[in-house]
Amino acid sequence: MLRKIFIAIAIVVGAAQPLLADNAVDPKADFKAFRDYFTKRFPKVPLDDFVNGPYSMDADLRKQWKAIDEFPPYEFAVEKGKEMFATPFKNGKTYDDCFQNKGIGIRQNYPYFDAKSGQVITLDLALNQCREANGEKPFDYTKDEMAALTAYMAFTSRGKRFDIKISNDPRALAAYKIGGEYFYTRRGQLNFSCASCHVQSPGNHIRTEVLAPALGIVAALPIYRSEWGGMGTTSRRFTSCNSQVRGVPLKPEDEAYRNVEYFLSYMSNGLPISGPGARP
Amino acid sequence: MRTRALIRMAIILSLAAPATEALAANADDFQAALAKAEAANKQAGAIKNQWTTTAGTLKAAQAAAAAGKFDDAVKLANDAEALANASIAQAKEQETAWTQAVVR
Amino acid sequence: MASTIRVRAVASGDSTEVQSLIQHPMDSGFVKDSKGQIIPAHHIEVVQFEHGGKTVFTAQWGPAVSKDPYLKFSFKGAKKGDDLKVSWVDNKGASDSLVAKIQ
Repeated sequence: MLRKIFIAIAIVVGAAQPLLADNAVDPKADFKAFRDYFTKRFPKVPLDDFVNGPYSMDADLRKQWKAIDEFPPYEFAVEKGKEMFATPFKNGKTYDDCFQNKGIGIRQNYPYFDAKSGQVITLDLALNQCREANGEKPFDYTKDEMAALTAYMAFTSRGKRFDIKISNDPRALAAYKIGGEYFYTRRGQLNFSCASCHVQSPGNHIRTEVLAPALGIVAALPIYRSEWGGMGTTSRRFTSCNSQVRGVPLKPEDEAYRNVEYFLSYMSNGLPISGPGARP
Repeated sequence: MRTRALIRMAIILSLAAPATEALAANADDFQAALAKAEAANKQAGAIKNQWTTTAGTLKAAQAAAAAGKFDDAVKLANDAEALANASIAQAKEQETAWTQAVVR
Repeated sequence: MASTIRVRAVASGDSTEVQSLIQHPMDSGFVKDSKGQIIPAHHIEVVQFEHGGKTVFTAQWGPAVSKDPYLKFSFKGAKKGDDLKVSWVDNKGASDSLVAKIQ
């Protein structure tokens, strides 16, 4: 009898664990909550349209974008990226050899958690790893060459839906959790977190810009910004967001940034790649 | 007569001197304030939460000191220290506060 | 080397709609680089579109137009299959031109 009581207590306590343990990471639950938050807040926005950032939030901005998209400003970067991709390294190998499907139509699988190295691999990091493995110098993560390469790879993957995996590997779960923590943490003298703008205020203005929703926000990367007069990488966007809230940015492709990208990409699972994007 | 005048002068001068010292900062004061500010900002750097304005204020402090404006330089160095400490406090608070913002 | 000019001209009835994107830094001459040095002015001065030997559109650009300028306009009197010539000259005397078929 006593044994049955003990077992019963153990079962109850065991079942209660997820509620008691604040540290339990549940990406699936987070995903659903995140998705529901945005679809409930913006019921008129078709799910796939969230990847268009501010254009899903503002009709006038959308009209301007549609006009620009007839002759996209990122064409030059995509062409440059295509040329770069096809140019062999000094050792005769090409980028083809480093990627699945010769690097075509694979953007939606990044970032992924690499069990061997125990870290999140983003597309940008993978490209530089490819270069270094073939005796080439890595590209600066914030400059034009990386922007052109990733623009081309995003372009070949347009429409393909994010398929980010988080295995039961505790390190992958930890990376996801750290990414989420970074996303929600306030920083900089202006005391904003990524969420302050992209979860609390999408569709609102920050100075003259319309804020994009966090849902699908990474689907458009890399982005051609009229403000930059050119194509800019994910790292450029992350570091400039930091400095805009008066926080000293981390190094491009810092582990924290890669984890944030992992978190945001997982949250956008099922949404289509819309990159490279054109933004104000 | 002359002695009295001299004594009067001596009293006036001895009264004047300490008052002047208390108001004006000097290079040593600046170095002390700068060291404190830089230490605080380094601590903020260790927890990856420095503010851009801290570095900017430190730079302005250095510039003021280089121009010999030690009062300004000390004030700016103190401001920089305050900014650095605020950034450390922000990081400490956010360690737990971030969970409040999570979409559930 | 690829042309700096992209153009798409579509005839619809009597009217032809032309869109073009031209690759050019369009430096105004007012912007400083990270070292504090002025980036010299380098921008298209004139861009011209010709059909049937006549100029159908001219624009006098300058420092106010931003990088990789996009242009859209319509004109009458052309039909599908006709040639449309696009040319530009910049303040350094460089130029480029392209002949495209109207679709």
